[in-house]
Amino acid sequence: MTIEELEQIAKSVCQENDKYDFEVNVCMDLACMSQGADRLREALEKAAGASGKNVLVRRTGCMGPCSSGPLVRVDPEENLYHHVKADNAEAIVASLGGAPVPELQCDLNDHFDRQVRVVLENAGHIDPEKIDDYISRDGYKALLTALTEMTPNGVIHRITESGLRGRGGGGYPTGLKWGTVAKAGGELKYVVCNGDEGDPGAFMDRSVMEGDPHRVIEGMAIAAYAVGASKGFIYVRAEYPVAVSRLTTAIREARRRGLLGNGICNTPFSFDVEIRLGAGAFVCGEETALLASIEGRRGTPRTRPPYPAVSGLFGKPTLLNNVETYANIAPIVRNGGKWFANMGSERSKGTKVFALTGKITNTGLVEVPMGIKLREIIEVIGGGVPGGHTFKAVQTGGPSGGCIPAEMLDLGVSYDALMAVGSIMGSGGMIVMDDTSCMVNVAKFFVEFCKTESCGKCIPCRAGTAQMHTLLTRICEGKGTMEDLDLLISLCETIKETSLCGLGMTAPNPVLSTIKYFHNEYIEHIVHKRCPAGVCNIEAPVAVSAEVLA
Amino acid sequence: MSESMGVKTLIIDGQELSARAGQTILEVARENEINIPTLCHMEGLSNVGACRLCLVEIKGSNKLLPACVANIHEGMEVVTNSERLKKHRRVILELLFAERNHICAVCVSNGHCELQALAQELGLTHINLPYRNPALTVDASHERFTADHNRCILCSRCVRVCAEIEGAHIWDVMGRGIDSIVITDLHEDWGSSACTRCGKCVQCCPTGALFDKSKIGSDHPKYPDFLPYLNLMREAQ
Repeated sequence: MTIEELEQIAKSVCQENDKYDFEVNVCMDLACMSQGADRLREALEKAAGASGKNVLVRRTGCMGPCSSGPLVRVDPEENLYHHVKADNAEAIVASLGGAPVPELQCDLNDHFDRQVRVVLENAGHIDPEKIDDYISRDGYKALLTALTEMTPNGVIHRITESGLRGRGGGGYPTGLKWGTVAKAGGELKYVVCNGDEGDPGAFMDRSVMEGDPHRVIEGMAIAAYAVGASKGFIYVRAEYPVAVSRLTTAIREARRRGLLGNGICNTPFSFDVEIRLGAGAFVCGEETALLASIEGRRGTPRTRPPYPAVSGLFGKPTLLNNVETYANIAPIVRNGGKWFANMGSERSKGTKVFALTGKITNTGLVEVPMGIKLREIIEVIGGGVPGGHTFKAVQTGGPSGGCIPAEMLDLGVSYDALMAVGSIMGSGGMIVMDDTSCMVNVAKFFVEFCKTESCGKCIPCRAGTAQMHTLLTRICEGKGTMEDLDLLISLCETIKETSLCGLGMTAPNPVLSTIKYFHNEYIEHIVHKRCPAGVCNIEAPVAVSAEVLA
Repeated sequence: MSESMGVKTLIIDGQELSARAGQTILEVARENEINIPTLCHMEGLSNVGACRLCLVEIKGSNKLLPACVANIHEGMEVVTNSERLKKHRRVILELLFAERNHICAVCVSNGHCELQALAQELGLTHINLPYRNPALTVDASHERFTADHNRCILCSRCVRVCAEIEGAHIWDVMGRGIDSIVITDLHEDWGSSACTRCGKCVQCCPTGALFDKSKIGSDHPKYPDFLPYLNLMREAQ
């Protein structure tokens, strides 16, 4: 395979597409599928066949606003239809070439206009199971460019120049990480992709793997070339069967095209990828636990150093990045580091995909430039809080993150800014809460999650999360005291500073941030025995009459 | 040059010390009689850095490092006994005491228990955290030993000694988080497991979780012969 051959494939895909007068793209992401996108696609194909019109019905990855699904976009007009049922298929096909179907049209201009799509550039435009579709949108061009025109150091330099930081949550500079692995000695090195997205309310990585799997593979192959690895693993949680199946297809197709395997594109570079399934443990998203799990051992973290860059999978130098990090690589190599560094804020470059969930009008996937204000994401792109309720807080970073109150909505989203207010960027989950949410109960929910997902290896996390949960349950039940609150804070400090891995270190974040920003809600529960949001079931204190006391 | 000799100099608790390159902070501290509390560490076994009691402060870093696995480096300044560390150690011990049923007065290891000794050393006189009082089992199916999960602190010394030294790997950890327990084989009774009966795990266990049945008996010899004698004497009256 050469660049010319890639261009040839791209051209033939375009010619093939040009044969059709209309393209009907059906979102086949898990959210839309669960609402009947499968049947819808069949109905559309049937209607298209019967109509005699020249229509291409294409299944695509996530288009974004999942709560409006199933979604259908008709090209070239770019008409977006929401809540489409199989019954609407005939109406849609009939409207082709004429006026759009009014009752299905959705106005999400505000939602889309503020977004900048880099990672999701292909989502909703290509069939994730067709490698040629990906190639037609500059797919694998970056890999071939890197292999034939760049040195491994040159690739690392470009990534460093871009300012890309790890999208799994830690925000470690990607170029620096690559450089470290590249410098590590040894013949055998590994490249591993972390697709064990486990935060409640986060589904960015799933959508990327389901909607554009080749992008991840291409990013990994470029990384392997840069650091000198020849073998890669994608660690995906088994709860993502669609992602697994699409990745499997993608790997098979890439091998067939000679884009994976021995001597890629007639160069001495060889690289292949295997999929490993996670067994549903949140802690396996932690890098050392993930590597232990790939090795077939119990998924528990170990102390670092040595870091995986020096001694990782099977004791070999290992590059471990998150799905979204790899998804950013191909465009950076194609367009240059400066192009990427021009987007975003001072120390957080590029764009970030967020999964907007909770009490928000447009639930779904959004990609925004770093530095954008939280207010813009929630009120404009997300469409605000529905049902006349008022916004109370947004939780970023999943169970490891903190709750950010309404006063701080003008905060620009970046790794450092979120850290400064006691939350984290995390992988990109964003859960919006309104006045019907009790913040003590929210803290309890996340602590319970960490308690259940703690591996049990180190004491602060194992017993500490269980104790936090007990104390929070007491407070939620109206049985807490001010001493309990002090105890909780002291416990949080110890867990944060002494836990072995990130799970424990960040588990107190939801508690500490809600105590900091919603202290009055704790006081209400403890002193006045009432839950302001009416969520916690606090029994009214039993009135003891004076007679009984006497 | 000291560098090329593989000798490093460092400061622990204000003392200037020299050490071999590749040594851990804990090794150097113990060689120089500086006490750093540990529970999961045991000389002769691999280190897992799980109990977090040996965390120390390193000057210039806000992060606490486990002394049992952290290697020394030239010019390092280590603090092993700050107020911050003492507070964390007390909370960790409290967490351990409240996690399961550690009732020293009725424990077979009373008086020779590492957990108890550490609590005494750190002056832990009472527990602020709520006791969890879990309902845990006692496995007395083995002819020589007993596993009392009520006393287990999940230090994993038994797991490591069985796998690394005995080579049998009978012990392992099952379950997650607060529900973790050590098990033999694939969660079979210890008595019917492939245990080699070497007893290394019992010797390594820091608490009364694993103990030798014969040793318990020898502390409490019983003489039931008194009964026929007593009856005989009464009848004679």
